[in-house]
Amino acid sequence: MSALWTLLAVLALALAGHLLGRARAMSAAGGDRRVLHSLPVHHGASVAIAAAVPALALLLIWLAVQPLAVDARIAASISPEGRSAELMMSDIRRLAEGLDRATAAGRLTPAEAEDPGADMGRIRAAVTASGIPLGSAAGAPELDAAQRYRALETSGNLLRTFAVLGLALLGLGRGLARIRKDFRARNIVERAVRRALLFAASVAVITTLGIVLSLIFNTVSFFRLYPAADFFLSADWTPRFGGGSSLGILPLLWGTLYISAIALAVAVPIGLFAAIYLSEYAAPGLRAIAKPLIEVLAGIPTIVYGLFALLTVGPLLLRMFGPGSLGWMDAASSVLTAGLVMGIMLIPFVSSLSDDIISAVPQSLRDGSLGLGATRSETVRQVVLPAALPGIVGAVLLAASRAIGETMIVVLGAGAAARLSLNPLEAMTTVTAKIVSQLTGDADFSSPEALVAFALAMTLFVLTLGLNVLALYIVRRFREQYE
Amino acid sequence: MTDQAPQTEAQTAHRSLYAPDARTRRRNAAERRFRLYGLIAVAVGLGFLAVLLTTIVRNGLPAFTQTHVTLEVALPEAVVDPAGTRDPALMAKVYTFGYEPLLDSALAAAVAGQGIDTDMTPARLGRILSAGAPAQVRRAVLADPSLAGQSVTFRLLASSRVDGYLKGRVARADLAQDRNLDPQHLDIVDELRVAGIVRRGFNAGFITGADASESRPEQAGIGVAALGSVFMMLVVLALALPFGVAAAIYLEEFAPKNRLTDVIEVNISNLAAVPSIVFGILGLAAFIQVAHLPQSAPLVGGLVLTLMTLPRIIIPARAALTAVPPSIREAALGVGASKTQAVFHHVLPLAMPGILTGIIIGLAQALGETAPLLLIGMIGFVASTYPDGVASGFLDPNSAMPAQIYEWAKRADPAYYERAWGGIVVLLVFLLGMNLIAVILRRRFERRW
Repeated sequence: MSALWTLLAVLALALAGHLLGRARAMSAAGGDRRVLHSLPVHHGASVAIAAAVPALALLLIWLAVQPLAVDARIAASISPEGRSAELMMSDIRRLAEGLDRATAAGRLTPAEAEDPGADMGRIRAAVTASGIPLGSAAGAPELDAAQRYRALETSGNLLRTFAVLGLALLGLGRGLARIRKDFRARNIVERAVRRALLFAASVAVITTLGIVLSLIFNTVSFFRLYPAADFFLSADWTPRFGGGSSLGILPLLWGTLYISAIALAVAVPIGLFAAIYLSEYAAPGLRAIAKPLIEVLAGIPTIVYGLFALLTVGPLLLRMFGPGSLGWMDAASSVLTAGLVMGIMLIPFVSSLSDDIISAVPQSLRDGSLGLGATRSETVRQVVLPAALPGIVGAVLLAASRAIGETMIVVLGAGAAARLSLNPLEAMTTVTAKIVSQLTGDADFSSPEALVAFALAMTLFVLTLGLNVLALYIVRRFREQYE
Repeated sequence: MTDQAPQTEAQTAHRSLYAPDARTRRRNAAERRFRLYGLIAVAVGLGFLAVLLTTIVRNGLPAFTQTHVTLEVALPEAVVDPAGTRDPALMAKVYTFGYEPLLDSALAAAVAGQGIDTDMTPARLGRILSAGAPAQVRRAVLADPSLAGQSVTFRLLASSRVDGYLKGRVARADLAQDRNLDPQHLDIVDELRVAGIVRRGFNAGFITGADASESRPEQAGIGVAALGSVFMMLVVLALALPFGVAAAIYLEEFAPKNRLTDVIEVNISNLAAVPSIVFGILGLAAFIQVAHLPQSAPLVGGLVLTLMTLPRIIIPARAALTAVPPSIREAALGVGASKTQAVFHHVLPLAMPGILTGIIIGLAQALGETAPLLLIGMIGFVASTYPDGVASGFLDPNSAMPAQIYEWAKRADPAYYERAWGGIVVLLVFLLGMNLIAVILRRRFERRW
C-alpha cells in the first residue's frame, strides 16, 4: 500500500473513531447528554486524535528514515570498482525507480523486473522508455543491487503499512475504551488544538532555522573550496565556470551600496517632504486621494520596476548622457538607472512610515509651538521633526534594507559587470544580481562558482537583518513616550 | 520664535501692524518655500506613478492586438495526404515543412490577385507570414482530414516584423540590416492592408497562448504561465491560510508571556523583512537540494512563496483579532464556553473579514514576486504546453507570470519587449482584481466597534 493510501486509511479510521466515540459517549450517558462532562463531539474528536496523531507521526518518521536506511544497507553491500560509490548509488537508485515505472507502465512484468538473470539490454530499453535515462556504466552489479533495493523497499513499505495501521487501530481502541460519562474529553481536545496552533506559530521559527542552516551549510562548503580571506577582501570578481575564478565580494558590495545610496537620495527627500506635506498641510480631501495613490507605488511588483528601468529609464538616460549628446554613458544599464528606479519604488516606504510617525506626535506640541508665534514650517522643523526623528531614522533604515535586498531592478537595470568605480553612469552589479546569475540554470552544489551564491546570500541576510534589528532598536530606544 | 532684541519706542511708532517688517516677510517666505517643497514632493510622487502607469499601458496595449493575414490556401491532396487515406496518423507524416510552399503560393496568388507587381519569388514573399503559420494550417488539416483537396480560408499570423510595422515599432530604415524582410515586403504589406487581407485585430492568443521560441514572438502568449501562477497561488492559499490564521490565533489569544513567545514574535517580524531572494535560496536548498522535489514545479514555487507570505499574513490577521473587543470573549466565557470555544465560535468569525483581506493582499504580493522563482528554476524554461491535469499542473515544470515577463525582457528581439509590457498589463489586472476584492470585503463586512 502506498503512503498516500495509508494516509487515507488512517484518516478513515479517525473518522470512524469520531463517530464511534460520539455514539459510545451517548450510550455511556444513557442518552442524556447533560450528564456528560464534555460534549459528544469532544468525545468523538478525542478518539479521532488518539487514532490519527501517533499513527501519522509514525508514518512521517518512517517516510523520512526508510530511504536513508535502505541506502545505507545497499551502499554497504556494493563494491564500486574504480567508480565513486556516490555515482554508483545514484545509478542504482535511478535503475530501481526505472524498474518501478516500467512495471507500472506494463513494459516489464513484475517477474522480469525481479529476475536476477534478466537481460540488461532489455531492462535498459524498458527503463529508458519510461523516461529515466541510465548511465552507460550501469551493468549487472547495478541491476542486482537495484533489485535488492526494490526488495528492501517493498518489504519496508509493507512493514510500514502494518505498523501504521496497527498503531491507528490500537489508538482507536484505547480512545474508545477510556470513554466514561465524566471523562474529560474536552480538555484533551483543547490541549491538542492548542498544540496545533503552537506548531503553526513555530513555522516562522522553523523557516528562519531553515534559512540559517541552508545558508551556513553551503557557505561552509564554499569556504572549504575557496579561501574566506579572498572572498571578503579581494576586489576582483571574475567567475569562470571552468575553474580558477576569483570571487571577491568587494565590487558587489560596492555596487549594492552605491545603488542603494542613490535610491535613498531619491526616496528620502521626496518621501519625507511628501509625508510632512500630507500630514501637516494637505487638506483632508487631497490627503485622502494622494496618500493611497502614492502607496500604490509600493504595491507594484518589482518586475515592473525592473522592466521600467531596462526599457524606459535606461534608454532615456542614454539619450541624455549617451554617445549622441554628452558621451558620458555607454550602455543603458547603469548604477544611476537602477538607483533612480529603486528610489521611486522606495518613496512610499519612506512616506507612509514617516507619515504614521509624524501623525503620532501629539497635537499639544504643535499647538504650544504655534502659540509661541512660530510659523508652521518652523514648528515642523524645530518641534515635530526632532520628536519624530528616531522613527524617521528607523523608516530610512528599513528602506535601506529593502534597497540592499532588492533583486529584479538591479538584475534588469544595473548591468552585469562587477567593478569598483565612482562613476554613476557605469554599469555595476550587486550581491543580489550575482546570486541570481550564479544559481540560475543547472546549479550543481559542488563547484565554488555555484556555492558562492550561498556565501553572498549569507552576507545579504546578515546585512539586512542587522539593519532591521538596528532600526527596531533605534525606534524602541529613542522613542519619546507621550501619555 | 521671537528672539529679536527689544525694539525702541521710535521704531514701533512708525510701524503699522498691517505692514510686515523684513523679518516677518522672510519668515513667511520660508514658510511658503517649505510648503512648496512638500507640494512638489507629493506631485513628484504622483507624477512617477502617472508616468509608470502610462508607460505600462502605452507599451503594453499593442501586445493585445496582432496582425493576421487572411488567405485562401489550396490544400492539394497530393501534398497533404499523399497516401490518399484521410488517416490523420498517416497525414501526420507530412511535416510543417511540406505546408510551407502551399502558404507561399497562396500568398503569391493573393498578391497577384490584387494586381500588385513584384519580382519576388513566392518563398521570399512568404516571409511576410509567421514561421508558425504552416503549423497552424497543418493542425487544422490533421484535426479535420476532409479539408484535404479543398481550398480553405485561414487567418494566419503575420511575421513579427510585419506586425511591428503595422504597430509603428518597425520602420523601413530598420530593415536595412534585416535578413528576414526588406522594405519591398512592406510596400506589399501596405497594399494588402488596403485590400483588407492584412489586418490588425484583437490578440486572444496572447492571453490564452503558450510561450514560443526565441524567433517567433508573434506566437508567444502568457496563458500557460498564468496557469502556473494560479497553481502556485492555490498552494499558497491552501497552506498560508490555515497556518497563518492558526499562528495569529495562537499569538493573539493563547500565547503565554514567555521566552518562546518572544522568540516567535521577533522571528515573524524579522522574517517579514528578509529579502525575497533569500527565500529563493532556502527553497533551492531545502526543497530541491535536500527534499528532491522537482525543479521548476509550481508546487515548489508555491511552497517558497508560502514561507515568504506567512509573516505578511500573520501580522494583519493579528490586527484583525485584536480589533474584536474583549467584551465578546468575556460574554462567551461568562455563559460557560471554554477559552477555545470562545475564540473559535465567536472571535474568529468576527475577525474573519479582516483576516481574509490580509490574506488576499498577501496573495497579491506573492503573485507579483519574481526573485525567488528565478532560483528554483522557473525561468529559462519555455512554458510551451498546458499541463495535462491537476497533478501535472502542480508537479510539471512551468513558468509563472512574473518569471515569464522576466524571460521575455531578456530576449533580444524588441517584439518580445512588447510582450513583456503586455504581460505586465495582465499581471496588474490580476493584482487590481485581488485588491478590489479585498477593498470590497473590507467595506462590506468590516464592523466598527
